[in-house]
Amino acid sequence: MTKPKAMIECRDVHKYYGDYHALRGIDLTIKGGEFFSLLGPSGCGKTTLLRTIAGFEDISSGVVLIDDREMGDVPANKRPTNMVFQSYAIFPHLTVAENVAFGLRRDPRGKAEKAAAVDEALAMVGLKGYGARSAHALSGGQRQRVALARALILKPKVLLLDEPLSALDRKMREQMQVELIKLQRQVGITFVLVTHDQEEALVMSDRIAVMFEGEIAQLDGPEALYARPATRRVADFIGVMNFLPAHIVADIGGIVTVDVPGLGQVQLPHSQVSRANEDDEGAMIGFRPETMTLVGAGATHNQPRETNATIDEVVYYGDMTYYDLRLDGVARTDGKSRTVRISMRNVFGRDVQEVGTRTRLAWSPGSLVLFR
Amino acid sequence: MSNHSKGRGLQAYAVLYLLFLYAPILLLPIFAFNSGTIIAFPLQGFTTEWFAQMWGNATLRRALTNSLTIAVSASVLATCLGVFATRASTRFSFPGRGGMMGFIMLPMVLPEIIVAMSLLVVLLGMGVQLSLLTVILGHALICMPYAIAILSTAFSSLDRSLEEAAFDLGETKWGAFRLITLPLVMPGIISSLLISFTISLDEFIIAFFLAGNEPTLPTYIFSQLRFPRSIPVIMALGTVLVILSVVLLAIGEYFRRRGNARIGGAPTGGLL
Repeated sequence: MTKPKAMIECRDVHKYYGDYHALRGIDLTIKGGEFFSLLGPSGCGKTTLLRTIAGFEDISSGVVLIDDREMGDVPANKRPTNMVFQSYAIFPHLTVAENVAFGLRRDPRGKAEKAAAVDEALAMVGLKGYGARSAHALSGGQRQRVALARALILKPKVLLLDEPLSALDRKMREQMQVELIKLQRQVGITFVLVTHDQEEALVMSDRIAVMFEGEIAQLDGPEALYARPATRRVADFIGVMNFLPAHIVADIGGIVTVDVPGLGQVQLPHSQVSRANEDDEGAMIGFRPETMTLVGAGATHNQPRETNATIDEVVYYGDMTYYDLRLDGVARTDGKSRTVRISMRNVFGRDVQEVGTRTRLAWSPGSLVLFR
Repeated sequence: MSNHSKGRGLQAYAVLYLLFLYAPILLLPIFAFNSGTIIAFPLQGFTTEWFAQMWGNATLRRALTNSLTIAVSASVLATCLGVFATRASTRFSFPGRGGMMGFIMLPMVLPEIIVAMSLLVVLLGMGVQLSLLTVILGHALICMPYAIAILSTAFSSLDRSLEEAAFDLGETKWGAFRLITLPLVMPGIISSLLISFTISLDEFIIAFFLAGNEPTLPTYIFSQLRFPRSIPVIMALGTVLVILSVVLLAIGEYFRRRGNARIGGAPTGGLL
């Protein structure tokens, strides 16, 4: 199988707004047909990077290539990209069909062919028969679909999506996430999505670039990003992660031996070692809530290690229960006890345990990440 | 009970207030059709003679033509310049933007007599012949702030990404402006044209200073007030002007509402 070719390449891209350094040397390759996400908190430069690819922002230095063509001075209207804006930017004085057909104005095809293309595009986004409606009468979800149809009718090589789901309510958002994935598979073109919602990025993307302060902190697939965050900051940003202070005992032959109060001594290969934050005091061990199992009350597990703990808090979520645990041997800091959060799926026949119960926690060294 | 009587008092106040504002204007048509030459009650009889006299008066016709020429040119000029200035100030940030807009808006608060005097001094100093053109330029200057005030609302309520979207979909910058921005700010442009037209039409001081020998409606009316004989004709002229203003305002409001409805806005604000 041949490797899919690079659709977008950014090489050492810098962008300054006056003194403000918005993009600090972005190196990035997005493959053809990929669903790629730029994820980060607001102000991290993800939207700037997207607008740079679209051609709305000039770059201060560096190179952007789309489909092997250097984009230097190519303006947005001549690039093989189309954008779905955060506000959708539906033209309010035009009908749905006129909106969708807007990009075909310079198309030499005849009227009937264009109308057929519009119908096809509307059918693709599930708005068959909406063509004659006026655009301002549409709901948020429908506007989004019109924006998608309007961009996709031009058959761009890359579709850029700037926080397209942030204006929708939760139910609608989840539905649109699935539809976007299906749509992307159907049309097969490269999607580049900007989002601050880590869940959205994990659900939809083939690969994700996590950005902080104009730099890419980690570029990985969703699973790798979640299980092996490259830095503590990425770990904090994506999902929930527990942290416990750790002391490094030895680092010999690619294996790091750490002493973790509460868990005991653990040996971790370098593949489970990530970078700590600059202001962190000492090393930290991190783990996700669902990687550990609360023993007892009918739960089975095959995890090799066990630790004694007391249940400090129980949060019941219907399908899940979150337990905050005090591990034996974890020192109290500032008079507060440090707790770790464990999530357990509620299955039939297994009772929710009560606050104050003495219990045991089962875990595997393979699920730990060391930040140093 | 007390609420009711309080409401009565306010109602009477409102009626008196409106009467005070509009009674003089209502007198215009009454005396325009009165056959007596003296503006006083009791009314004498019905006549349309004053309208006929007005139509037969060559100077008045000239003044009217001049005023319409000035008002149309000044409002178009002020609105075009206003569109450029507003788009620049709402879409781009550039050094000196605040100061520049401040200077453009200044004539709104500057006493008109000062504007008129200084313009006269400058024009005479430059050796420019006073004509309708000089009045047009002066009127464009004082209409600009109003045009910009109206256009700013239209431009700033416009989503920036609309034009970007059109550009992204392959249009040129000009095409995006013409196809998207222009239709959406059209109600504002029409309002601006109408307001500028009205301001220019009844402007006296600048017209008086800068028109040279050419009469405009306000300067002509002022000159005729010395002759009691021609007052009924002025009344007839006033009546025509009132009707014209109402019609213009109604047209402007119609376009504003239609524009608003087209983009789904609520029918609020505006002049009416």
